[in-house]
Amino acid sequence: MSPIIKKKGEKFTLPSKYLLFILTILCAGAIILTFNTNIFSGSLNTVVGYVIVPFQRGVSSVGSWLSNRSAELVQIRDLLSENAQLRKQVDELSIENAVLQQDRYELTNLRELYDLDSQYEGYDKVGARIIAKDAGNWFHSFVIDKGEEDGIAVDMNVIAGSGLVGRIVDVGPNWAKVTTIIADNSNVSGKVLATSDYLMVSGDLELYAGGVIAFNKLVDSQERVVEGDKIVTSNISDKYLPNILIGYISTINVDANNITKSGLLTPAVDFEHLEEVLVITQLKQVQEMAETAWRAE
Amino acid sequence: MKRTIVVTVLIIFCFLLQSTVFHAVAFGGIVPNLLIVLAASFGFMRGEKTGLVIGFFCGLLMDIFFGEVIGFYALLYMYAGYANGKFNHIFFPEDVKLPIALIICSDFCYSLVCYVLMFLMRTRFHFGHYFLYVILPEIVYTIVVTIFLYPVILWINRKLEDSEKRSAKKFV
Repeated sequence: MSPIIKKKGEKFTLPSKYLLFILTILCAGAIILTFNTNIFSGSLNTVVGYVIVPFQRGVSSVGSWLSNRSAELVQIRDLLSENAQLRKQVDELSIENAVLQQDRYELTNLRELYDLDSQYEGYDKVGARIIAKDAGNWFHSFVIDKGEEDGIAVDMNVIAGSGLVGRIVDVGPNWAKVTTIIADNSNVSGKVLATSDYLMVSGDLELYAGGVIAFNKLVDSQERVVEGDKIVTSNISDKYLPNILIGYISTINVDANNITKSGLLTPAVDFEHLEEVLVITQLKQVQEMAETAWRAE
Repeated sequence: MKRTIVVTVLIIFCFLLQSTVFHAVAFGGIVPNLLIVLAASFGFMRGEKTGLVIGFFCGLLMDIFFGEVIGFYALLYMYAGYANGKFNHIFFPEDVKLPIALIICSDFCYSLVCYVLMFLMRTRFHFGHYFLYVILPEIVYTIVVTIFLYPVILWINRKLEDSEKRSAKKFV
């Protein structure tokens, strides 16, 4: 007699191997469904948005408060000795400042040259706090405390300080998930600012311990790209806005095919100590532009 | 009912710890895997069914927040819980060697499957590097945390069993 048939007067229980079988099918189905669509993400994201996210927000704010206080205590001692050092530095810096101001004129000129300024600083940005980081050790993604209600949408670019952090890949009512450019499964189309050569920047877990990420597919037939060159997001990327700083080239190697080059670059953002990020609320809107073009026809 | 509430709170608590607090004290950017400790220990303490259900919900939480697809981690944690449930009949609360060994084994298998499915399949062949810098630290760290977490789980389970026995007596 089958164990799942209910006997009279006996409480119905499902044997564990049947439950395992059913849940396995369920998971497999969910994996296949969510691989291409985001059919569940709406409802699930809303549920966890009200159950988990408030706690994450609380815990991380308490955590940062505590770590700030403990850091303060440690710092007081250091501050005294630092003060003396800093006074000395002020003198040095004021000399350096004069030099830097000269450099700044040069920078403004260069910015105008590359038309970087108007595009980069003209975007509308929303500040957000990181409330949870990836619970596994394989990828680098994190959760921020702003979501749909704050105007965040999937594919918006995330920056911090001077450079690109990543993009929004999932969004709930009051939270959003960000995949960083250093994550092993992320690829960004970039270009070398000085020469406008295109390349692919891909995150790599193996390299990340050394504080660098990889780039490849750089076609530089004229040998003009050198170490230290700035890499920014390219204008051909369909997710990333153009001219956001990614990092600086640290090594270049010629690939075995003798046509393309690959190497390492140092990201402009310190991913270890990220706490707050800025989300650019402007999408690259490839979809909409295509739609309007289609309507115009 | 009481058990469901307590276990739900425990899962959420462990997930929160893993995704927030432990990142602040992570050595070399590696966080311990509390959820596998939870799924595995309920597996060998309570049997296959509890293990697989708890594993399923632990994994689902991971999937929603950090997964590429829904269901992948749920599947992994579920099988971890189920496999540990197979050892239920040789489990005694006084013995600490079996739980530690099982948790090491579970975490290793979990990491290995993660590596094979998510890294090896994308032509990342340097297993040695990933083993040394991700899998091994995770296991060591997880075991250190287990030494503190496991007695708590054991204690919670014992309290729950006691209260269940008492209420069962009341109705008879």
